[in-house]
Amino acid sequence: MPLTMVSEGTKAILKSIDGGHQMRGRLAALGLLPGTELEVIQNSGHGPFVVSVRGSRIVIGRGMAQRMEVDE
Amino acid sequence: MTKTTDPAVRTLNVAVAGNPNAGKTTIFNNLTGARQRVGNYPGVTVEWKQGTCRRGGLDLELVDLPGTYSLTALSEEELVARDYLLTRSPDVVVDVVDASNLERNLFLTTELLEIGLPVVLVLNMTDMAQDRGLQIDAARLSERLGVPVVAAVGNKGLGMDDLVAAVAKAAGDVPNLPASVGVCVDGSPQPGEVSDAGPGGWFVEYGDDAERTMSEMARTLVDDKPRRWHKVKLLEQDHRVLEGLYTPGAREAVTGLAARFTADCAEDVDTYVARRRYEAIGELCAEVLRQPDRRTITRSDRIDHWVMHPILGVPLFLSMMYLVFTLTFSAGTPLMEVIDRGFVWLAATINGFWEPGADSPLRSLLVDGIIGGVGGVLVFLPNIVLLFLAIAVLEGTGYMARAAFVMDRFMSKVGLHGKSFIPLLIGFGCTIPAIMATRTLETRRDRLITMMVLPLMSCGARLPIYALLIPAFFSPTWQGPMLWIVYVTGIVLALVGAQLLRSTVFRGDTTPFLMELPPYRMPTATSLLVQMWTRAWLYVKKAGTLILGAAIILWFLTFYPKPDADYVPPQDFDRAPATEAVSAPSIPYGQITDPAQAQAAELSYSIAGRVGRLLEPIIAPLGFDWRIGTALIGAVAAKEVFVAQMGIVFAVSEADAESEALRDRLRARYTPLVGFCIMIFALIATPCIATFAVTRQESGSLGWAVAQTWGLTALAWIVTFAIFQVGQLLGFAGSVGAA
Repeated sequence: MPLTMVSEGTKAILKSIDGGHQMRGRLAALGLLPGTELEVIQNSGHGPFVVSVRGSRIVIGRGMAQRMEVDE
Repeated sequence: MTKTTDPAVRTLNVAVAGNPNAGKTTIFNNLTGARQRVGNYPGVTVEWKQGTCRRGGLDLELVDLPGTYSLTALSEEELVARDYLLTRSPDVVVDVVDASNLERNLFLTTELLEIGLPVVLVLNMTDMAQDRGLQIDAARLSERLGVPVVAAVGNKGLGMDDLVAAVAKAAGDVPNLPASVGVCVDGSPQPGEVSDAGPGGWFVEYGDDAERTMSEMARTLVDDKPRRWHKVKLLEQDHRVLEGLYTPGAREAVTGLAARFTADCAEDVDTYVARRRYEAIGELCAEVLRQPDRRTITRSDRIDHWVMHPILGVPLFLSMMYLVFTLTFSAGTPLMEVIDRGFVWLAATINGFWEPGADSPLRSLLVDGIIGGVGGVLVFLPNIVLLFLAIAVLEGTGYMARAAFVMDRFMSKVGLHGKSFIPLLIGFGCTIPAIMATRTLETRRDRLITMMVLPLMSCGARLPIYALLIPAFFSPTWQGPMLWIVYVTGIVLALVGAQLLRSTVFRGDTTPFLMELPPYRMPTATSLLVQMWTRAWLYVKKAGTLILGAAIILWFLTFYPKPDADYVPPQDFDRAPATEAVSAPSIPYGQITDPAQAQAAELSYSIAGRVGRLLEPIIAPLGFDWRIGTALIGAVAAKEVFVAQMGIVFAVSEADAESEALRDRLRARYTPLVGFCIMIFALIATPCIATFAVTRQESGSLGWAVAQTWGLTALAWIVTFAIFQVGQLLGFAGSVGAA
């Protein structure tokens, strides 16, 4: 399911990223790779949201989150 | 600390690298103090900082590289950072890592080590790491990485001497390292603790297949000792590195090898490489880092719960902005008045050197040209200094990232970044600091779009124009709404313009909104002051150079050539209302006795006056005559000059925004529709010369500044034309003199 479906306070594992070289590269540099565990800190249903990855807080735009598949 | 007996001072070139928010700039500011220069990398919008540090017989030439998460050339910052490291080969790279976020920060470190320059690792913010219960074995980390590791708390200035010593050591100098080699006894290393296990050369192993492919690729290179970093980039098929392959057939060979490797690999190469890096870092961290459950909710998270609240976030942000602006302006205004009085005094003193009424070009140049032009810009200095201080606080505490988050929902609808909101808001004060504030935006595209539409935010200097015209043409009940309409027109045009630019000139993948939320922290006074001062100084420097030059040119245009005694001012001078006592028939310039009339005649003869006349056919469809044209040329120097120029063409002496005499003349000659058109035109058209200069500087190219000026002027013409023509059709033209 897409990351946008994950509710606040839930942990998930990133499965795949539907995006080009550019987007994958940017996510990887921030520590987001397929297989990475993350936790949704804020997801208010609209607007960007916040995840916790490798100890840091990352803001991800909704459009991008829509293209990130995760497993809970 | 280091006591050197060597009389020769050694100069080392040091690059400071690190993730954004790792405290890189604080460390840089600590080392250099105010001895730094800010500029742009040539041709790009990335801020560039250089500074010197003299400690312990060492001269360090430091460069603060833009903060990056990797060296993959995905952004301008990354490109600048990696090009600097590869082409300039600094003596030492200081890699600042956030100790409370070690794993992610070490990702960049793996790349820096692959470049092969001497690296010193700074474990910054060790106090914060300690608060979170993280324990880092610095000695072991140094041993494993094979580079000196210095523990520091940048915002308390701790560990700086040891950092300098470690830099000297890494550069191969004879060190006087402090004896306290990092032994991790009770948790995190103490600031100033230095661990140096000597050269080790730790690299990420990418697996047999990858290593073999990289060796094969390396054989195609001309360089017989390529950096490991290059080989990895070849494997990743990095565009830039591939382009650098000159040998015939090399690129094909490398691409072929990469394709073969990818075929056997379950995922794409960059993900593979990134995974191997994180795996290696993970192993390393398992050895050196002890941490409690990392998903504990931190204090920052608790603050963010309110600051980034879906409903409360926006009003909180707006109140914050309100606070910043009130403080900036209420605290700045008294100082502004002092500076203003200073210039008035200076002008009076200079005037005193000449006999009253004496006609001296030098006096006019000094008083009207230089003090009038540069003074008009410098008067805003207190506001600008305070504004930059406020921005430094917002950035330093980490609130700026939250503001971007809160505003992104609205800004992304018009194709702007959440962070663009703050420069746009500052634009209501003055466009110059607003353009400089676009430096907080990360991508060149976001910066340029914001810069291009910024002059549409009606700046404070345009207020005198409205203050003169609105009461002249509109009844008190309409005055408030009119001002509101002008401001809203600017905002709407800016938003539409941004959207338009995004879908035309800056088309392409929209940069996805992705950023790190740094934990809240307390910035140091030094860091805030240094940041404020370097930016304010840039403003002062601009006033003293570019704006000074422009002011002199515009002064010349408005004052020269001087008419002969038998010059007869243009006929339409007598069209001034007959009721006015000073209205003059066309008598030759030499016989005009009223100084205001003489000044009007002089202006009509000057280059600006002639250009205004020449422009008349172009601006006539907007309802403007040559007088308005001439005054608008003056507005290029600074928007508020429009009022003074109108005073001169209408021969009203000492006209300001409150001049009733001038308002009477305007009412007599123009309709309210024309008055409105002037305001709209002044709002949109040709940003002032200082804006041009700053845009040129900040965009890194003259082209953008020219495009901005002409684009906005064309837009102003079109909008004003539409308003005037439609207004006439609707019958607003007939109300001449109605107030």
